[in-house]
Amino acid sequence: MPEFISRLSVGLERYWGDISYLSVQHLQIVAISAVLALLVALPLGVWMSRAASQRHAMACMQFLNVGQAIPKLALLALAMSFVGVGSGAAIFALWVATLLPVAVNTCEGLRAVPRHLIEAAEAMGMTPAQVLWKVEIPNAMNVIFAGIRTALAINVGTAPLAFLVGGGGLGELIFTGIDLNDFDMMLAGAVSTALLAIAVDLACGLVQNLSVSRGLRLAGRV
Amino acid sequence: MIQIEHLSKTFGAITAVEDVSLSVAEGQICILLGPSGCGKTTTLKMINRLIAPTSGTIRIAGRDTAELDSVTLKRSIGYVIQQVGLFPNMTVEDNICVVPNLLGWDKTKSRKRAAELLEVVALDPAMFLQRYPCELSGGQQQRVGVARALAADPPVMLMDEPFGAIDPINREVIQDEFMRIQRQVGKTVLFVSHDIDEAMKMADCVALFHDGRIEQFGTPDDLLAQPASEFVASFMGGDRVMKRLRLMRSVDVASQVPPRQGGSPAQLVVKPGDDLRQVLSQLLGCGQDWALCNDSEGRFVGYVHQADILARLADHTTPRVH
Amino acid sequence: METLRFILDNHGLISLLLGQHLFIVALAVGLAILTGVPIGIAISQHAGLRRWVLAFAAVLMTIPSAALFGLMIPVLSVVGYGIGVVPAVIALFLYSQLPIIRNTSTAISNIDPALREAAIGMGMSTWQRLRKVELPLAVPLIMAGVRMATVINIGIAAIAAYIGAGGLGSLIIRGITQTDTRQLLAGALVISVIAIAADYALYALQRLLTPRGLNTSTLIARRLEEATT
Repeated sequence: MPEFISRLSVGLERYWGDISYLSVQHLQIVAISAVLALLVALPLGVWMSRAASQRHAMACMQFLNVGQAIPKLALLALAMSFVGVGSGAAIFALWVATLLPVAVNTCEGLRAVPRHLIEAAEAMGMTPAQVLWKVEIPNAMNVIFAGIRTALAINVGTAPLAFLVGGGGLGELIFTGIDLNDFDMMLAGAVSTALLAIAVDLACGLVQNLSVSRGLRLAGRV
Repeated sequence: MIQIEHLSKTFGAITAVEDVSLSVAEGQICILLGPSGCGKTTTLKMINRLIAPTSGTIRIAGRDTAELDSVTLKRSIGYVIQQVGLFPNMTVEDNICVVPNLLGWDKTKSRKRAAELLEVVALDPAMFLQRYPCELSGGQQQRVGVARALAADPPVMLMDEPFGAIDPINREVIQDEFMRIQRQVGKTVLFVSHDIDEAMKMADCVALFHDGRIEQFGTPDDLLAQPASEFVASFMGGDRVMKRLRLMRSVDVASQVPPRQGGSPAQLVVKPGDDLRQVLSQLLGCGQDWALCNDSEGRFVGYVHQADILARLADHTTPRVH
Repeated sequence: METLRFILDNHGLISLLLGQHLFIVALAVGLAILTGVPIGIAISQHAGLRRWVLAFAAVLMTIPSAALFGLMIPVLSVVGYGIGVVPAVIALFLYSQLPIIRNTSTAISNIDPALREAAIGMGMSTWQRLRKVELPLAVPLIMAGVRMATVINIGIAAIAAYIGAGGLGSLIIRGITQTDTRQLLAGALVISVIAIAADYALYALQRLLTPRGLNTSTLIARRLEEATT
């Protein structure tokens, strides 16, 4: 263990320049793909949960579930063959990987809102849009956030592979380190990616605590 | 206040509600009674258009509700369901203010109203306004549900088996509470129930449903004393007469005529508010045929004779159904 | 398409790589079941322990696989197994822990307490209770965890090709380094098909093992619960 720490600090010191540059690249890929994925997945999930879309929603869900089983490296490879080498392929593959869990969880979360709450809301004179916004979505928040957290974890976890398709990022340190048998480099990359993954998850947790109604958080503990 | 004329609802080949007509005066509680699947809930839901009628007219305060758009209609009618349906993501205050907010009320006005309504339903505003539904007991949630329905001061309230999920002991308590609230706010209430005792206790008028039609519409005593058909008689139960006694109180039959001279001394004292079923039960239990009626301060009110009780019952009974 | 032709022409090689790939996954998941289920049962009895164990397993999951492989190389090089199948299996084994342990403990603690009481009342020992009542009821959810672990691991095993573990990932790597689209797509397609097939097959097995009494809504409710813990 002490040897590990000393090698780690050596590695971090030596490659600090690379780490800071590559971290920014890494975060850019993560951020762009994640934001674009949320922009599509959240509305898609809402659409799939509507009564009117049921026929198409079933097929859509199947498709999304199948997509989640596809190994991320394969996704990157397929993206690369379509888009070509570079961060575009990485962003596209990560976009797909992030989209799937968010859409599925959003739909399931909305479907799980108790029927009688929706009936009460309609009976009080809320329009369908108001029911969605004031009642359905707030009460589905826990499940939706679980989806977002899972998706972001997958995203950040897969991002190191972006290097393999020319997308840059901290993966460079890891894979180059493995290739060159340079353990310090590899360690620097590995620890940085791991720390980044933990940081993103913590940030997500914070946002979740701020967005989910206190009433639901209390109910969860009961 | 509420007038329903020839209301019908068909779902494809199934007729859920057929030619239903009734009218409820302002400030009255009207209970839609009947076994499961008889069309009473469907009828209720047609009043605030949760279900669209196939034919017929519904008038509230003289206006045909078909003229109003669905959303406006719903915002002007209070609605309480069995599961209460308090939104878990909102505080009690926010829950109560839902309809006022939809109507665009001033925020301070709605908050004041929420506090007032909590007092009406006997919950301390200071303690309960900022709580969340998960922090309330079932009974407390029920009360907040009623407060929420009253928030925008609607003239009419619809309730769908609101007390069905509560245990029998607490149900009595909350029924009494509700009747007290009703006396205070004077709303016109339409209430669906499958519990005869609840209906007899709370209703000013009862509509008994059977297979989508109204078998009989009248006061609780009408249905008990003069059932219009075999179905009504059997639904009301073989002990209809005893149930009627519950609707009457000692003070209704107390007379100033003293008992026969030479009869046994008074062994039973009842209060003016005691219902006659209880009184008769006590008379039979101690073998007496009369009792003294004194008020809570011990002042004499009258004599309650068993014969008078029986005469009262005979008042209304028709010989054709037993 | 030439990729399909490539697959057909090289089916021998591809079958070999597929075999390597599935061997690694099966071994890792098998070992994970042997350790994960008992751990899951153990922690289902203690809430405090449960939190710590699940938190630890969750932290493992957040380490990107490439990083975990990298971290293991220096450690295992000491015993001479720095690269190859051994670190791959170990990493996959670690990644399987969370789904299996969490699902096992959730499944067991979700069992209706009334059933547990009835079993105790009938005079069953803890072991008998587990074997005859609780485990059979927990099997569907445990299978769901095994399924999750397997699908994730098929994906991670592809990356393990980078540390010399073999498997279908090698095709993808060679496709990238040699800029050979046929190998690239062949690897990507075969591995995707295998992953999807495994998902379906294990799902069918899961449904087969579900006692008829447990309906889908219970399973959905559990899936949601596991998603939010």
